[in-house]
Amino acid sequence: MSPKEIYMDNNATTPIHPEVKKVMIETMDVFGNPSSLHASGRQARQLVEEAREEVASFIGASPEEIMFAGSGSEANNTVLSAVTCQRKQCAYHQEGVNEIITSTIEHPCVLEASKCLQERGVNVLYLGVDEYGKVSLEQLRDLLTERTGLVSVMMANNEIGTVQDIKGIAEIVHERGAVFHTDAVQAVGKIPVNVRELDVDFLTLSGHKMYGPKGIGALYVKKDAPFCPLIRGGHQERGRRAGTENTLGIIGLGKAIEMRSQEMKSDEKHLLELKAALKKGIEENIPDVLFVGHPTDCLPNTLNVSFEGAEGEAIILYLDLEGIAVSTGSACASGSLDPSHVILAIGLPAECAHGSIRISLGRENTMEEIAYMIDVFPRVIGKIRDMSTVYKRRLQ
Amino acid sequence: MTQASWAYTDTVKEHFMNPRNILMDEDGYKEDGKGVTGNVKCGDEMIVVIKVDKEKGIIADCKWKTFGCASAIASTSVLSEMVKGMKLDDAYNLSAKDINRELGGLPDHKVHCSVLGDKALRMAINDYYVRNGMEGKIKKEEERVVCKCMNVTDQEIEHAVLEGARTFYELQEMTKVGTGCGECEQEVTQLLEAYKTKHFCEV
Repeated sequence: MSPKEIYMDNNATTPIHPEVKKVMIETMDVFGNPSSLHASGRQARQLVEEAREEVASFIGASPEEIMFAGSGSEANNTVLSAVTCQRKQCAYHQEGVNEIITSTIEHPCVLEASKCLQERGVNVLYLGVDEYGKVSLEQLRDLLTERTGLVSVMMANNEIGTVQDIKGIAEIVHERGAVFHTDAVQAVGKIPVNVRELDVDFLTLSGHKMYGPKGIGALYVKKDAPFCPLIRGGHQERGRRAGTENTLGIIGLGKAIEMRSQEMKSDEKHLLELKAALKKGIEENIPDVLFVGHPTDCLPNTLNVSFEGAEGEAIILYLDLEGIAVSTGSACASGSLDPSHVILAIGLPAECAHGSIRISLGRENTMEEIAYMIDVFPRVIGKIRDMSTVYKRRLQ
Repeated sequence: MTQASWAYTDTVKEHFMNPRNILMDEDGYKEDGKGVTGNVKCGDEMIVVIKVDKEKGIIADCKWKTFGCASAIASTSVLSEMVKGMKLDDAYNLSAKDINRELGGLPDHKVHCSVLGDKALRMAINDYYVRNGMEGKIKKEEERVVCKCMNVTDQEIEHAVLEGARTFYELQEMTKVGTGCGECEQEVTQLLEAYKTKHFCEV
């Protein structure tokens, strides 16, 4: 088998679903402004609202609780930035509430937004995680006070796939009267998510992580939840997000979600089979590997593995030369030398954080590709370990 | 659609795919000098060993290994070929710039990964001098003048980084480095990145 490219980086982004592509091409000529009253505007409005219904029903929400945004990052920033609102008339403003709680393994868009809040005088507290990447509900209970306005904990981690007990977290947060947001960008479309069952106040999702287009995300805003817009100057999205709707993106997201509702279940079975085969293949053919993440509470598509003595960027690039696309949690490849904050947070040594590889499978991956991967992987790791200053085992 | 090209040159890619002179038998290799630099916790570590033709004062053999990224691998591979047969003094004076030129250039943000090899080489050469009672020949790293116009050494640059300089501009403010002809800018930027990594790599 000489594959052109084996794409196993689906937590970074996914290829667009053929059905989504088809619908987007078909509706490319729908140019009307959904806010316009004339026929062309009404046509666009109808398609946007159909997509909103699709998104809402997939996560158990009402359509009016769905706000479209330019990305998952924007949706997350919207929720977090609202906490700083000091206007007395803002629904978010509450005397004496000036604290948020988040976790150490959040996506950078939440961590950086939190850091910025801290600089603006908001007290930010961080939940640590255990060796599997799970936050502690006990610690959450300890940290919550009457000053806590918002708690934001991601549903599934992008690097290691660990899925949190969102329902349990929401319950504790609500006991203390605070508001709960979950960044579910990696979860929605991969595992069942129902906002009513989870009882969250805000939930973020993104189109391009589920075979939809890029540049479109959505935020679930529970009815009557306090809200303060990030982008002002228009009545769109019920005044929650100004700016003319990204009609085509919204239509694409709606279709992607429709396809997810049809295919998620069978995809999950397929992905779990592939992942099990890949894990077995790695275990049987490469010594001294460490699988990172929760053994069961984990996304079906995500496998994070650390190879002792092998540096991450080198692994990525050797695999790239063999036609395999995976990624590393460490950001060295993107210009900094910082090791993965997620791997460090779960307590693994920095050398693991520099050498952990994230393999995130998608619906298009096949068992043949896994077999090819298992054939290539031991050679690549062996080659890197041969020149490693750290790996000594071969001397035995 | 065309295939997007690699961020690295063909030479980098070739050396990355087929690295030369890897030290496979660390215990059995009877080196005359050895240099170890970097830190695994910071994401890269380098060992360079040399054998010296003592009569001619040239490097007879050079081997290396690393826990490092593609640019560390490729640049040290190239370096190990360049220095064979080279006089110790000449080898000592090789800079990351010389290696990068041989590689056809590295992306800016990867240059800092490539300075490990030549640093370990200089340590190996110094180690050879120590082992052979030639301490007088040892050159202190910090004595190297980087900016000839303003007479700024790498030690001063390192100090400025420790004092908070994070950009070339801040270095200029603090040390006047590169404010003359400006020819040293690239090398200073490399040193800046290397010192930032050395001292501020968060672990």
